[in-house]
Amino acid sequence: MHFFEAIRLALSQIRVQKLKSFFTLLGVVIGVMFLIAVVSIVEGMSRYVEEDFAAKIIGKNTFSFRRRPDVNIGNVSDETWREYSRRPRIYDADVAIARGALPPGTVSAVENMTFAYANSQYGRPRQVQVIATEPDYFRIKSYNLTNGRLFSPQEAQLGTPVVVIGTEVASHFFRGLNPIGRELRIGGNTFTVIGLLEKQGNVFGFSLDRMVIGPYKSTLSRVTNPRGDIDALVVQASTRELLDDAMESVREVMRGFRRLPPARPDNFALETSDAALSFFDELKGKLILFGTALPAIGLVVGAMVIMNIMLVAVAERTREIGIRKALGAKRRDILSQFLVEAATLSVCGAAIGIGLGIALAKVVAAVSPLPASVAPWSIALALVVGAGVGIVAGMYPASRAARLDPITALRQE
Amino acid sequence: MIPNTTGERVDDALATTGEHSLSTTAERKAIVDAPGEAPTKDWVIVTRGLKREYDMGGEVVRALRGVDLAIRRNEYVAIMGPSGSGKSTLMNLIGCLDTPTDGEYWLNGTLVSQMSDDALARVRNKEIGFVFQTFNLLPRATALHNVELPLVYAGVSADERKRRAKEALDRVQLSNRMDHRPNELSGGQRQRVAIARALVNNPSILLADEPTGNLDSQTSEEIMKVFESLASQGQTVIMVTHEPDIAAHARRVVVLRDGIIASDDRRAAFAARVGL
Repeated sequence: MHFFEAIRLALSQIRVQKLKSFFTLLGVVIGVMFLIAVVSIVEGMSRYVEEDFAAKIIGKNTFSFRRRPDVNIGNVSDETWREYSRRPRIYDADVAIARGALPPGTVSAVENMTFAYANSQYGRPRQVQVIATEPDYFRIKSYNLTNGRLFSPQEAQLGTPVVVIGTEVASHFFRGLNPIGRELRIGGNTFTVIGLLEKQGNVFGFSLDRMVIGPYKSTLSRVTNPRGDIDALVVQASTRELLDDAMESVREVMRGFRRLPPARPDNFALETSDAALSFFDELKGKLILFGTALPAIGLVVGAMVIMNIMLVAVAERTREIGIRKALGAKRRDILSQFLVEAATLSVCGAAIGIGLGIALAKVVAAVSPLPASVAPWSIALALVVGAGVGIVAGMYPASRAARLDPITALRQE
Repeated sequence: MIPNTTGERVDDALATTGEHSLSTTAERKAIVDAPGEAPTKDWVIVTRGLKREYDMGGEVVRALRGVDLAIRRNEYVAIMGPSGSGKSTLMNLIGCLDTPTDGEYWLNGTLVSQMSDDALARVRNKEIGFVFQTFNLLPRATALHNVELPLVYAGVSADERKRRAKEALDRVQLSNRMDHRPNELSGGQRQRVAIARALVNNPSILLADEPTGNLDSQTSEEIMKVFESLASQGQTVIMVTHEPDIAAHARRVVVLRDGIIASDDRRAAFAARVGL
């Protein structure tokens, strides 16, 4: 009751003095608002990285066997770059050996990729992402078609000049037309569009709908890899354990095939999404740290304002304190009354801040490529921080109230 | 100095006014002259050589210079005196709002003169019901809630609190004004709320500081009737006032002058002396 009475008292105080309360709580509101917004955006990015980036760009339970890592994290030294460039390229023979070592239950596809200009008779030339691969690639990446068909294993084998295109490619080069059966020119060769991918969206503003995918044995590979080598073999396993097995098998046969003595490191890369994810986790920690340092200043200012307001409240209500003491309130009764009041005030501020923070995160998500995802823990944290700010700020005024002499307090007008 | 005129002969005549229950001078002297000894349970208040000195910027002000006072259960006592006589200081000490510089103060058989702040708060809560000149009600709280307040600090459960607060308001005929705030009540009603609040914890003493100071004479009479009825129900009442006609409502009048007790009379003797 005591506790609820103090809360009720604080709430009625806020109701009576709306404007004053608003300014009192402004610091906490702003602090919590940015705290929630920053955490939501960082959290959204991390969800995005885990679910979309890892799944769409690299693929779930997927590794790629390639000459050097595609995703380079942090600072790569010159020496490492020199080592990378000394590595042998990957050719059909390597891919055949690696594939031979894959355990059952895995799916693999060659992946050659570049950015090149395409044109059609309906649209101006434009840069697209060109991928030369095999039919299983669609399975690994979970790419589905909305229209047309995939290229068949026979077409892949024969190198038939057919392509599957993304929605943006379709809308740019074949505006208002059904793209199926129409021609798209890339690198001086003509390809027939046979399928349309469903919309993939974007990752960090990088569109996944500007893709043109064709058989790697077709002339598309002359665009992607003029030297005739292969960028990567992408392997997907049904489980994590199988993935590790597959990676180990590939490593073993490739080391054998390339006659690497035990002391020599691999001269190829087996890349999974783990490295990217662990890098992002580290980045996320730093973002949250720096992103919350600024709101923390807001909270400190908020705490000082609340402390001031509570000091005023203690002065204004000296007589009330005297009455309560005369009626038998102990020091800790008075102390807790003012602490609860300060905490209630700042929790109200935190609640408003949470609402505004969520709104801000949504606005940022709507107008920029940054995604936002409100983490439940950040709301809980904001409330705890709010209450904490109130208690810290209320401590000094409350202890002053608790120490008041009842006779002097009662005499005050 | 006017000698005490207390005598036993008046007992029969005063039976109807309650003065028969007053302690006699001899009884009081016996109890006051036993320093360090715990008084028996029927003595609510015993002070022995009570002193209170204030340090006012190097100058020592001796507000009380050795007060020996004994008040038995069910007595209705007025403490009178001109301003500066030390009556407020004595009231603060009796009300456990302050601690004496020297001397003993036994409240209900317990030595309270050396207690800590929180222990005194507990004593105030359980043993003393305050009624102030300026009512001292919480302005934002309803009458019922104001009366509940001492029970909040006594740790009484919400239901029990409500029940007892209603009962106390009933005793002062205010049960129909329970949900009103102080500013919706008249002065007399406010003071009755304050009395209900003072009574709600069944205190040993009802301690009133100028209870009629802010009231017109008609309302003052009304409040005095409440006090009279409480006293006749067995409540110990101590009233601090500077108005002789208000003091004359009590059955015993203690007059303070310059920090010591100048006289301690029955009502009749006091009234006769001041010419009421």
